[in-house]
Amino acid sequence: MTSQASVKPPPFDYVAPSSLDEALALRAEHAADSLVLAGGQSAMPLLNLRMALPATVIDLGRVAELAGIREHDGGVAFGAMTRQREAERSPLVQSRLPLATQALAHVGHATIRNRGTIGGTIAHADPAAELPAVALLLDGELVARSTRGERTIAAGDFFLGVMTTALEPDELLVEVRLPGLSGRAGTAFLEVARRHGDFAIVAAGAAVALAGDGAIADARLAFTGVGATPVRAREAEALLRGEQPGDEVFAEAAERAARDLEPGSDAHATSAYRRRIAAVLARRALREATP
Amino acid sequence: MTVEVTLTANGEQRSAAVEPRCTLADFLRVELGLTGTHLACEHGVCGSCTVLVDGASARSCLMLAVQAAGAEVTTIEGLAANGAMSTLQEAMRDTHAFQCGFCTPGMLMTAAEFLRDSSRPDERAVREAISGNICRCTGYESIVKGILLAAERAA
Repeated sequence: MTSQASVKPPPFDYVAPSSLDEALALRAEHAADSLVLAGGQSAMPLLNLRMALPATVIDLGRVAELAGIREHDGGVAFGAMTRQREAERSPLVQSRLPLATQALAHVGHATIRNRGTIGGTIAHADPAAELPAVALLLDGELVARSTRGERTIAAGDFFLGVMTTALEPDELLVEVRLPGLSGRAGTAFLEVARRHGDFAIVAAGAAVALAGDGAIADARLAFTGVGATPVRAREAEALLRGEQPGDEVFAEAAERAARDLEPGSDAHATSAYRRRIAAVLARRALREATP
Repeated sequence: MTVEVTLTANGEQRSAAVEPRCTLADFLRVELGLTGTHLACEHGVCGSCTVLVDGASARSCLMLAVQAAGAEVTTIEGLAANGAMSTLQEAMRDTHAFQCGFCTPGMLMTAAEFLRDSSRPDERAVREAISGNICRCTGYESIVKGILLAAERAA
């Protein structure tokens, strides 16, 4: 072997289980000392930059049973290792869960989505990631499994902080269940980033369902990039229920949603700018989502 | 801990024993001598190390070599079959689509996948396709023109 001088990740032991049972046993054995490698598009930068220093890397890339897309509750259930690019191109996802297709177009670049996984971006829980907001908006369910058993965690209880989730150190996220919307409903996902494919400065997802008389039966609004976790704008949603859809009522709800946000300031944008953008994106997303 | 990694690089089966932490990029460059793949940011931001893994573009700095075991990897060296430039390479040459050349291998691998998957793309689609590849010289104009020219010639 020749020089390894250019290698940046720290030394670690590597295991690549070929079944879920084997993966769960390894996760139980190594727990907090291990890093789970799904698509690697967030985990590899952490390793290369030595922000993560695991004793063992558990690569899920060879666990075939963790990949796959199936119908679920009018929507779709994704095996955690389903590649984002496959989900984006899936006709089933496009017809049952257009919000996911819309949001996936904003997840990194096509090259990133070739490797990045649905479960990986959810479990990584980056505060600017798109799919956590989608899961929150759709009242999704995250299925966690360990050698102790399986449990289902509501998206609203899953995202606890920056890159922090309700998963225990011996658990693996095995499935992401996103229910569909019923009736005459539409969705939209809009994002502002410095460059297409970069992390969102702010993104807003919306769903609007209309009743027989044209009034709003159900409205949902969620943001990413505005805090430690994705945020659901429940008070703005309540304002919209029963109203006739229109620019004025959407603007009012969007302003209300943005007022409740407490986004941080960083090199990319100030808190005030983020709140302003959130209001604009929310208004446009509600309008676009209206069927 | 070392692992024996065997993969197909540009049609040829190659093996080397490396530590698990060795990235695919370093495996290609250091172990296989395929230095056409360039490394810049090494954390998945610049796109210069893009290669094809089983036909799909991937950032070779964001993969461990051991993850690519058994895969077919195509690097910039594999684009010119038997030394003859591909349509894309010729079009990029004809539009002077590089200056310093550092981003070129990654740009070409990204564009090769994009052109394979899209017919008659417009300028906007090309710009989106290469949005994950950073060029610090050209301002992208000549690169976009080159990819569009390649699409036109391939049609």
